Amino acid sequence: MSYDRLTHPLVRENGVLRKASWEEALEVAAEGFRRNIERHGPDSFAMLSCARSTNEMNYIGQKFTRVVIGTNNVDSCNRTCHAPSVAGLSAVFGSGGGTSSYQEVEDTDVIVMWGSAARNAHPIFFQHVLKGIHNGARMFAVDPRRTGTAQWADLWLGLNVGTDIPLAHAVAREIIHAGLHNTAFIERATVGFEEFKESVEPWTLTAAEQVTGVPAEAIRELAHAYARADRAQLCWTLGITEHHNATDNVRALINLALLTGHVGRYGSGLSPLRGQNNVQGGGDMGAIPNRLPGFQDILDPKIRERFEGAWGRPIQPRYGRNLTQMLEGMAEGEVTTCYMIGENPVQSEADSLACIKRLSMLDHLVVQDIFLTKTAQMADVVLPASAAWCEADGTFTNSERRVQRVRKALEPPGEARDDIWIMCELARRMGHDWHYDGAEEVWNELRSLSPQHHGMTYQRLAELQGIQWPCPSEDSLEPPYLHGRLWESDPVKRGTPAPFAVLRHSPPVDLLDEEYPLRLTTGRRLDSYNTGVQSSGFPSPLRRGETIEMCPEDAEKYGVVAGEEVRISSRRGSVIAPVFIDPGLRPGLVFMTFHFPDEVDVNSLTIEATCPIAGTAEFKAAAVRVEKLVKAG
Amino acid sequence: MIPLQPPRRLIDVEIDGEAVRVPEGSTILDACHSAGKDVPTLCYGDTLTPKNACRVCVVEVEGARTLAPACSRKAEQGMKVGTDTERARQSRKVVLELLGSSVDLSTTPRAAEWTEEYGADPARFGDDAATVEQPPKVDNDLYVRDYAKCILCYKCVDACGEQWQNSFAISVAGRGFDSTISTEFDAPLTDSACVYCGNCVEVCPTGALSFKTEFDMRAEGTWDESKQTETTTICSYCGVGCNLTLHVQDNKIVKVTSPHDNPVTKGNLCVKGRFGYGYV
Repeated sequence: MSYDRLTHPLVRENGVLRKASWEEALEVAAEGFRRNIERHGPDSFAMLSCARSTNEMNYIGQKFTRVVIGTNNVDSCNRTCHAPSVAGLSAVFGSGGGTSSYQEVEDTDVIVMWGSAARNAHPIFFQHVLKGIHNGARMFAVDPRRTGTAQWADLWLGLNVGTDIPLAHAVAREIIHAGLHNTAFIERATVGFEEFKESVEPWTLTAAEQVTGVPAEAIRELAHAYARADRAQLCWTLGITEHHNATDNVRALINLALLTGHVGRYGSGLSPLRGQNNVQGGGDMGAIPNRLPGFQDILDPKIRERFEGAWGRPIQPRYGRNLTQMLEGMAEGEVTTCYMIGENPVQSEADSLACIKRLSMLDHLVVQDIFLTKTAQMADVVLPASAAWCEADGTFTNSERRVQRVRKALEPPGEARDDIWIMCELARRMGHDWHYDGAEEVWNELRSLSPQHHGMTYQRLAELQGIQWPCPSEDSLEPPYLHGRLWESDPVKRGTPAPFAVLRHSPPVDLLDEEYPLRLTTGRRLDSYNTGVQSSGFPSPLRRGETIEMCPEDAEKYGVVAGEEVRISSRRGSVIAPVFIDPGLRPGLVFMTFHFPDEVDVNSLTIEATCPIAGTAEFKAAAVRVEKLVKAG
Repeated sequence: MIPLQPPRRLIDVEIDGEAVRVPEGSTILDACHSAGKDVPTLCYGDTLTPKNACRVCVVEVEGARTLAPACSRKAEQGMKVGTDTERARQSRKVVLELLGSSVDLSTTPRAAEWTEEYGADPARFGDDAATVEQPPKVDNDLYVRDYAKCILCYKCVDACGEQWQNSFAISVAGRGFDSTISTEFDAPLTDSACVYCGNCVEVCPTGALSFKTEFDMRAEGTWDESKQTETTTICSYCGVGCNLTLHVQDNKIVKVTSPHDNPVTKGNLCVKGRFGYGYV
């Protein structure tokens, strides 16, 4: 099905949403927020900011949360995908962005695509990878599925789902035992090598082969190629981050870069590929519970002081709730009101039934979106917004930290309004007289508070076709890669050394047994996107609806054929979908997307086992069984 | 530690008697552009390796026996180039006559202007001159292949192949005048390796490949480029940050292209970026 755009505000009356004027809708929305703050304090409020809206909107969204409401409870769907990448990278390097640029992948010697179906999920990034391959780079694909990416690889390492840490440890051990680690870099720029070395010692190639299912010789080849390369890029996507121990997975990959010195140089780096157009920017703008705009630590009193001076209101000296904790807070009655901008957690969260239950416990839910999504249908007030990328001005920040201009090309339909206008109107009703004369004024306020964005005027962004952060100066540009400081000979310039992480293997939480013998993993297809709200609007010749993809061996084992509808059940729910045979899967592994939740609610199967550090759910590993449907009568 | 590019010398060339300096490695076409000369091109693509197929950009290089394709021939120190000499003009005229007599150039930008400028008379081969006339292939909802307009420049094949998309859904089939751009076994696109990125449409110089929206609007007579605005913004899907140029007519997106000089996309998009705007 395809969705119609929202064209006027809606307010819930006697249990049903009815058309309302902007005046009324804004008043009801503001009144509900006020009511809950008075009764339960500012921490009863939670904001979910939109990873597909502009930096400017996200800046205003977090400012609304921190200044108008007075809490740090602001987060975005970042949590469901790449929060572990940000957590892992910032723990090691002090900055949560990918360290390299797209161009570098064309100029490198070895490319490792770990848990990344970029050929289909990030097609234009993969064109840069293909340029690299045509330029002579060797590419390794590490993925349980033989994906479109793997089809271009020199070597495909088809590991068992959730065994990334054993594989990375075995690669590390092999590098160390072969004497291929970069001792000069390790001594000067890292700490914790000895403990790390000890921790990977049990992971011999043979031990890793048994756990990961990857032949020892293949692990050895990856280890030697990565360590011997002059330059190497390590890229990952949700195959690494949608696990219950996702931050550890990320740290396991970072360990490999530290071991070999493949970071902080042109052509050598770490690239998490972001899944939403502005998920990088949302975090950079401070729409996360632990950072102020410019990714500045909220616990640092000096930084808080600067923002308090600029905003004229004290900022809580503690982290707010992340998305996962917000949902928990709803269940416990601690979060009673929520302002949700462009998010559809009812369909995008793992264990969707639990999510609906939690949202229904809220006293006051305001949803600002371009569609009447399943989440919006539960709201008390629905505010129709403009589509950021073509109906608003502003900026987005991409996976290589490039801030680029977004420009208004269309008028929004009906009474739909710009996100920033809506938030300013709400702020005004709550006693804060905010006026912004367009997105550029918001951006300039951000530039005055965020050193890493300071040099990015709108004019420069247009002239240079985007600028990568950090960009502190209006007159010069920084190198396209991060952390060059690690290679300085002067220890002062080198700064804080990067720590190795000592990690433990922790297999997927949802265990396989006789009852649920198949491992279900989820992902994206080329022509569709997330919950399908956007992508269902165009007639793609490639679209074939939701299916359960399984290998020919499993199909034979369970006596099912292509196109046959089967029941797929997990310990949480059950759905019906037709079978699709994919020889790229290995026995025991089945695959579904989450693009068609209105027809097949795949996230009723997935498990809400979350990463304790970053809060990301284990979408990539559920235990399921597949059964033939019994004919009625 | 970025390796320095080898320094590029500037070399002196003379274009129609006018001295210009261009970096070593530039083509004659680059030199013509910096001298402000307007040389017609069809098979040249700013994101593609020159194919030298159409010969409409030929210029006269002093001392050379044959005319040189400006789009691929590198400029050399001391080279003297005539862009508008009698020989060059005559050659372009014949090229335009041969193309104009066999191919429908009605949607090729500037074709009519050049035909007039060079005094080309495509009708001079008579009514029974061979043509590539055939009905357009409409086999999906996203783009149309109208090979009656195809000049066989191969840009689509290169864009689909290893220069960009690496899908290899199309290639050249047949020999001589009967050559065509074709999917494997001439199957419909829906049975081919096509992933509907539209990067072939992006480079097509004649409108042989066109988006279904444009094709339908032209058929209805509602396609009006004078009423269209072009705005470059960022794609609404994944985090790669592709630049989209939205062509908007009457507050509706009618076509999506991508800037060729952009460092992220280099003029390429995927099916979602190119076609996934139906919801706004």
